[in-house]
Amino acid sequence: MFRQARWDEPLIFELSRPGRRGFIVPEIDPAIKEAVGDIKIPAKLRREKPPELPEVSEVEVIRHYTRLTQMSYGVDNGPVPLGSCTMKYNPRVAFEIAFDPRITMLHPLQDERTVQGLLEILYHLQEWLKHITGMDYCCLHPAAGAHGELAGMLLTRKYHELRGQLDKKREIIVPDSAHGTNPASASMAGFKVVEVPSDENGNIDLDALRAAVGESTAGLMITNPSTLGLFEENIEEITRIIHSVDGLLYYDGANLNGIMGYTRPGDMGFDIAHINIHKTFSSPHGGGGPGAGPICIKDRVVDPDKNIWLHDLLPGYRVVYDEEKDMYRLEGPSKHSIGLLKTFFGNVIPLVWGYVYILSLGARGLRLATEQAVLNTNYFVELIKDVRGYSIPYGPGRHRKHEVVISAEKMKDETGVTAEDVAKGLLDVGLHAPTIYFPLIVKEALMTEFTESETIENIEEYAKRLKEISQIAYTNPSKAKEWPLSTSVKRIDNVRANHPKTLAPTWRIYLRKMRKADSNV
Amino acid sequence: MGHPWMPNSAEETRRKMLEKIGVKKIDELFNDIPPSIRMKPEEWGKLSIGEGRILSEIEVKRRAESLLSKNKVFNNPPPFLGCGAWPHYVPAPVRYIVSRGEFLTTYTPYQAEINQGLMQALFEYQSMMAELLDMDIVNSSMYDWGSAAAEALLMALRVKRGRKKIILCGTLNPFHEKVIRTYLAPHDVVIVKTGIDREQGICKAEEFEKLVDKDTAAIYIENPNFFGLIEENIQEISDISHRAGALYVIGVEPLSLGLIKPPGQLGADIAVGEGQPLGLGLNYGGPYLGIFAIRYDMKLLRQMPGRLIGLTTTIDGKDRAFAMILQTREQHIRREKATSNICTNEALSAIAAAVYLALLGKKGITKLAELIYYNSHYAAKKLSEINGVNTRVFTADFFKEFPLRLEASGKKYSELHEYLLNNGVHGGYYVGNIYPWLGETAIFSFTELHTKNDIDRLVVLIKNFLEG
Ligand SMILES: Cc1ncc(COP(=O)(O)O)c(C=O)c1O
Repeated sequence: MFRQARWDEPLIFELSRPGRRGFIVPEIDPAIKEAVGDIKIPAKLRREKPPELPEVSEVEVIRHYTRLTQMSYGVDNGPVPLGSCTMKYNPRVAFEIAFDPRITMLHPLQDERTVQGLLEILYHLQEWLKHITGMDYCCLHPAAGAHGELAGMLLTRKYHELRGQLDKKREIIVPDSAHGTNPASASMAGFKVVEVPSDENGNIDLDALRAAVGESTAGLMITNPSTLGLFEENIEEITRIIHSVDGLLYYDGANLNGIMGYTRPGDMGFDIAHINIHKTFSSPHGGGGPGAGPICIKDRVVDPDKNIWLHDLLPGYRVVYDEEKDMYRLEGPSKHSIGLLKTFFGNVIPLVWGYVYILSLGARGLRLATEQAVLNTNYFVELIKDVRGYSIPYGPGRHRKHEVVISAEKMKDETGVTAEDVAKGLLDVGLHAPTIYFPLIVKEALMTEFTESETIENIEEYAKRLKEISQIAYTNPSKAKEWPLSTSVKRIDNVRANHPKTLAPTWRIYLRKMRKADSNV
Repeated sequence: MGHPWMPNSAEETRRKMLEKIGVKKIDELFNDIPPSIRMKPEEWGKLSIGEGRILSEIEVKRRAESLLSKNKVFNNPPPFLGCGAWPHYVPAPVRYIVSRGEFLTTYTPYQAEINQGLMQALFEYQSMMAELLDMDIVNSSMYDWGSAAAEALLMALRVKRGRKKIILCGTLNPFHEKVIRTYLAPHDVVIVKTGIDREQGICKAEEFEKLVDKDTAAIYIENPNFFGLIEENIQEISDISHRAGALYVIGVEPLSLGLIKPPGQLGADIAVGEGQPLGLGLNYGGPYLGIFAIRYDMKLLRQMPGRLIGLTTTIDGKDRAFAMILQTREQHIRREKATSNICTNEALSAIAAAVYLALLGKKGITKLAELIYYNSHYAAKKLSEINGVNTRVFTADFFKEFPLRLEASGKKYSELHEYLLNNGVHGGYYVGNIYPWLGETAIFSFTELHTKNDIDRLVVLIKNFLEG
């Protein structure tokens, strides 16, 4: 039976006692103090009062945060089948290598001759990603998937700008099943977003696409397999349609785990692709980040007269190998580059993690990972497809890839038990919920992705629990509204959390509001 | 035999699962991929990806070791490099806490009830950072300083809709400037940059007075600036900004705030910064931590990018609880109208920073800032005693770093760089190409990790180089 730790853990501020400290800052060398004299910062710029940080001992800091970890749940605790997130096991060997001081202690502006080992690692990663995606160039600069998307959209923009057609090319097409970052990235790059619907098979509705595409189409963003876990069967036709108006195709690589070794974005006709290292290539998600979102491109001429190619537009830095000197170097941003997207090279720790993952598995193992992930999804489909209250909309009978989206719409209509209730019912037995209410085109969506890391026993357990939840929904639906009971807290008051009166985004705001409330009484 | 990371890859399990699905071979699950774009296993196997085959952990470690050994770590002394990332000590408890699997391997806490600990840690980060900055609201992280600054200016353009001018104080970090220009490029905006007062090395208030107008959405200034100098006119510029109805955005290095007035006391509407010094390590450029803060104003809050954790209660009102708040600003709800496209952020860095700030506490942060101040000032003083070296290129006071100018020595900085490297020391960052008027100049940085011995040794080496 599952019972999560339930510490009444105070905030770190509430643990504060005057005079305690968690870290000894070395004394200033007396000779240095004497040589320098007084601090000369102008009085008007000196901080007058120290910040109200807590005063706690090291012991308390460790206990406090250890208890907080005990009230958290990741892949190390159990299955986290969050669809679209590819929550696979994060191999510890990669942790050891990525957090080696010979990486963590390297300054980004250090002389290239002193970081040859790291550059070689990054170079190989770049090359491997090229082969995995079937593209011509990869760039490791972006910090996450959405950052890669922004890079891709800025590339698209620059492409049209250099071709003198940006005034016309105003629109980016995204399917209605797209992840929120896709339209958000397109709009950050100054494009208008045009949505196209999916057909009942889960593919993009080609007629609708043809109707939407025209002179103003700058490009299209899709993920394949889609967020429904279905392979877009018409991808070649889609490519033709977009290329026929000189639009670029952007591949959202979040779902690469569903096809690795079977097909590649480059072969499908994509021009630009990002990869989520923190999904497909096993770097851990850290409670929200960091990740790394390399982008890869299929090269093409941008301006034949000036001999500008798409790869000239890539952001940030690329690692190149200088054969003559037998040395690795950083190159970029070059003259036509869209520029820097972050201050320095890239998110190196997740990148090295990805390197270790690919090194460990090789082409063979990567294909195996995809197979196992897809096997897990389809096995789960078999266990759940006939359970009362659930359905699997779109693409009836089609095999899923990395994930499957279940709808609890029927259950909701018939019993009032929602996808959210189902999620809480899973948490209650120590199984992390799937992604819910996404993609938007599935009502009461339960988007489930086990990845290759999950055991058959856990998948069966998961299906069993979903069945149980269904039974409860149809017999005693009010019970479902009480879940979860065995997590560290029960259901949370989101109204209070978001109400302007009670909104408390920091401790100081909370205290201010409490004081105000007190004085109003 | 199954692969250790794929429990169901054992042949027995695979067979059982395939049977249940009703297919003979696993490839059948991929039959919807058109043959024209489907890859044959032989083709895939021929690609150079890893070593092709599956390796054991022992082989992987051996391979990694051979590569890592080609890196040169400067730790005795640490590199004298700064300019946006600095060698600082990472306390053991920081690395320990963020290595724990319950934090490390968790996704964004979409399911709050099972991730209260993670959310509390992020709330504590937001709250402690708010104290350090003396700002009201801090989000749970952006990618880094450069991208946080860029997003702050995009936000200013939304808040001040219709205004189309952004003014940058000319002393900002040139890498940050590049990021800002990349992010702002698609938008209808004019970016103007002030000059640098060549005596003081900071921005002059009068220049902003001249540039600012009713079309200005924001003024952005960094303090300390790229040269490590303290922007003495920062308050006056704040007033100028607000008189014109523009937002004032201040970028900071957080450890300096132990000594320097925080953005909240200088009229900042938005504060950004780099959390890298707070226990993250150098990591050759990332992951770092983009700090993003605002004062409490619903007009600003509604346009703020990034995730926010808030304090609330359970529905029954019995327990304190944490929730993701104001999600209607974010891409998964608002899509193309979102305040940013950011999704995956740098949450684990934020937790590291929380542990770091809790360890240092109220007094420690000031003591550390003083130590850094003294070390860097000692270095500037000693180095300036060398003939041909100028460390007082500018008159404004500085924190942690300063430009070292070799112009008078007739030597090139690259020669000194080689000389230092040959002696196992990594010097500063050459900036003569960015600021030609500074000539042979590099920015040197000194932190708590540089001992008096380290500094004295650097002095001796440079002296030997120039005189020997
Ligand atoms: C389909 C899809 N696209 C894009 C993204 C954005 O990636 P990231 O979170 O790394 O920015 C995600 C993940 O969150 C995703 O699931």
